[in-house]
Amino acid sequence: MSEKSELQAAVAAGVIGSEEAFRGLLAAIVEVARSIFGAKASSILLLDEETEELVFEAVVGEGEEELLGMRFPAGKGIAGWVLATRTPLVIEDVREDPRFATDVAEDTGYVPSGLMAAPLLHDEQSLGVLEVLDRPGASLFSLQEMELLGLFANQASIAVDLMLRARKAGRLLDADSGELQVVARLAAAVDKLEDSQREAGFRLLGELADTLGE
Amino acid sequence: MAGHGWDASHAALPAWSLPKDAVERISLPSEWPERVTRDWAWGESTGEGARVCILDSGVEASHPLVGGLESAVAISVGENDEVIAEEDTEGDVSGHGTACAGIVRALAPGCSLSSVRVLGSSFTGSGGVLLAGLRYAIEQEFDVINMSLSTTKKPFAGVLHELADSAYFRRSVLVASAHNMPVESYPWRFSSVISVGSHEEPEPLAFFYNPSPPVEFFGRGVNVQVPWLGGRALTVSGNSFATPHMSAICALILAKHPELTPFQLKSVLYLTATNVGGGR
Repeated sequence: MSEKSELQAAVAAGVIGSEEAFRGLLAAIVEVARSIFGAKASSILLLDEETEELVFEAVVGEGEEELLGMRFPAGKGIAGWVLATRTPLVIEDVREDPRFATDVAEDTGYVPSGLMAAPLLHDEQSLGVLEVLDRPGASLFSLQEMELLGLFANQASIAVDLMLRARKAGRLLDADSGELQVVARLAAAVDKLEDSQREAGFRLLGELADTLGE
Repeated sequence: MAGHGWDASHAALPAWSLPKDAVERISLPSEWPERVTRDWAWGESTGEGARVCILDSGVEASHPLVGGLESAVAISVGENDEVIAEEDTEGDVSGHGTACAGIVRALAPGCSLSSVRVLGSSFTGSGGVLLAGLRYAIEQEFDVINMSLSTTKKPFAGVLHELADSAYFRRSVLVASAHNMPVESYPWRFSSVISVGSHEEPEPLAFFYNPSPPVEFFGRGVNVQVPWLGGRALTVSGNSFATPHMSAICALILAKHPELTPFQLKSVLYLTATNVGGGR
């Protein structure tokens, strides 16, 4: 998609102020994932391509406050393997993995004993990793759970893709000298109007577009 | 072929034509039994003589459940796209390669294991490094190349396909993890590789033939005990752990029947699969 069409898409979607909404969506996904698996925590990590790091974008459960925003190198560890190979995996007794413990968990005081991880894939891209930590200890893992994890990862990757596109569009708007921001703000403002005013707003914009078009 | 004169008596005949008098030259070195059983396929075999490559995150060579490596290299790609294979001093960057090596070692204790590390240097170049690592592994003429990973990058699919075919014709068996998520990924979808998904049985030598490809075989991939970093052991699940189970079985068969081509090996796997003739 060209920068112009990204912008058009952004304006159409009214991305201004949507970062919070996307964050809410990611948080809801990890919350449901944690709940369905009866796990202690769940998180979404996204790849920061510039720094080649994985960043905790959404966290629910144990370690929630400490982990959010935390970064670590994307080329290593279990999440790094899942990201690079685009392959889900499940590990019990993660405590036994010294690298896992020192990389992330030690700083937070929370050391999980089990981990399910699936890549967030969109088109050809590997955007990040969905993790579910500490399922109930007594239950053996099953292939059904792997399928379920894949479904959640798929849902999360769609949300993440939308969020990344909105962020990119936001950056384009910020970089713009201000002319395009006016258009985006206008679209967002009209979008927020009550139904009756909204109709009038769009009619006004339509007439403005016609006038300018001529 | 352009430039080649027709000469029926010439020893270097192209392999894609078979004159009458050449039929004897391609006679098979061993008789196949009337019924291919597991005992015929790999009875008494420890994998000794078979060379298995773990194309992954590296392998912790000193782990007691890995039992030493023949070689360990880290792959990178040079400025002119040349493959650089240097001795790997870092070992395993995630633990996954060590787990795969341990699975192969447990089932085929006599085989030779080598590590070709294609992960860990950087994330952005990982697709190119994967191709370079596979190219290197094929050149080393390993009998079995375990590839518990895949790529979703379409531009790589063509080259991967060529490499997979090249391995197939050079008698290197490429054993690749199937993707259990709804995405297009490679190389497991290619018919020249042995593609592997997971079953839930606890028996390490149980494997199933899938009559509805692209996934051709299901190996043990759920709640598997494996070695991990730091001399430890963990319980793991995923297709990426079913794959080394099939790699080990391939090593057992090829150690006993080194003359088998990948095509013949697949036939033996089919005939000895748990849901075909494996129970006999």
